[in-house]
Amino acid sequence: MSVSVVYAILVTSLATFLSRFLGAVSSQGIKESSKIFKWFNCLAYATLAALIARTIIFPVGVLNEAGYLIRLIVVILSLGVFFVSKRNYVYPTIFSAVCMALMASYF
Amino acid sequence: MINKKIFFKGYKSILAHDSPAIALGCCFIAIGALLKNLGFNIQESIFSTMLTYALPGSLVMAESLLVGASLLNIFLAVWFVNARLYPMAVSLFPLMMHKNQPKWKYYFSCHFIAVSAWLIMKSNYKSIPKEQRIDYWIGIGSATWSVAVLGTFVGFYFSEFLNKEIMMGLAILNPIYFLCMMVGASKTIQITLSVLFGAILGPIFYFFSPEWSILLGGVVGGTAAYLIGEINVS
Repeated sequence: MSVSVVYAILVTSLATFLSRFLGAVSSQGIKESSKIFKWFNCLAYATLAALIARTIIFPVGVLNEAGYLIRLIVVILSLGVFFVSKRNYVYPTIFSAVCMALMASYF
Repeated sequence: MINKKIFFKGYKSILAHDSPAIALGCCFIAIGALLKNLGFNIQESIFSTMLTYALPGSLVMAESLLVGASLLNIFLAVWFVNARLYPMAVSLFPLMMHKNQPKWKYYFSCHFIAVSAWLIMKSNYKSIPKEQRIDYWIGIGSATWSVAVLGTFVGFYFSEFLNKEIMMGLAILNPIYFLCMMVGASKTIQITLSVLFGAILGPIFYFFSPEWSILLGGVVGGTAAYLIGEINVS
């Protein structure tokens, strides 16, 4: 293994574990019926939504090569499949991959 | 120790009809292929997924290595993008805390905090007695973690069969799966508004500060949703 890659992996793991561990430690005295728990629940959902929106609108990696319009169409169609399939999670997910691969090939 | 029956009940939850296993596995196939293209060997790729087990963090590490970033820069960039794990942990562990369970289980299992496992636990925890929820959680976490490691392995060895279009298809899977799960989880006014505000504010804040956009979008959006929900209740 090259040294820089191993260090990069260790640093990435440390940065990731830090948030998880601090969360586990600081949640010790919090009751699930408390207001602070409800607030953190809202923060968690909002942060996840922000992350998902950022991943789709400002992606890093290979998704960046697909145009805005293609990503927007895939998201709208996949949400359509989600509602048509009575809120099934698997159909829209598979559909999105096929749809993105096809649209990226032809446009 | 760990209650095996409850552990395997959690482990088997990824076999459910609406399981995240497919989306998660496909995303880590993409990560495995990406790491191979970056010059990682198989040990480094597996090691990375086992220790990090967070998709956006792995992507940021890969991007940072590509541009030759320093270790401090990698640490900060990954910490910013993975800071979401802190509120996720705080909003999950109180649901599993029980005085009869040893503390090490909580500290050990915090490594499994990731969107897929978190969403499965959030939708299923009520069906498990509180004392046994931590064992159920360790089961879910072990299962999703195994899928991630397996996906990386497959992606590494099959990378030459994955062209750009297939990689794009694999990359969109996870955000779409999580988007559907978030829409599905939006059953109260607070959660619905949290999802809505976070999705709108995250990209807006990106124009001012790409590094802070996720955190700011989450804190501002989540706090606004919480306050509106509280006012609505009272």
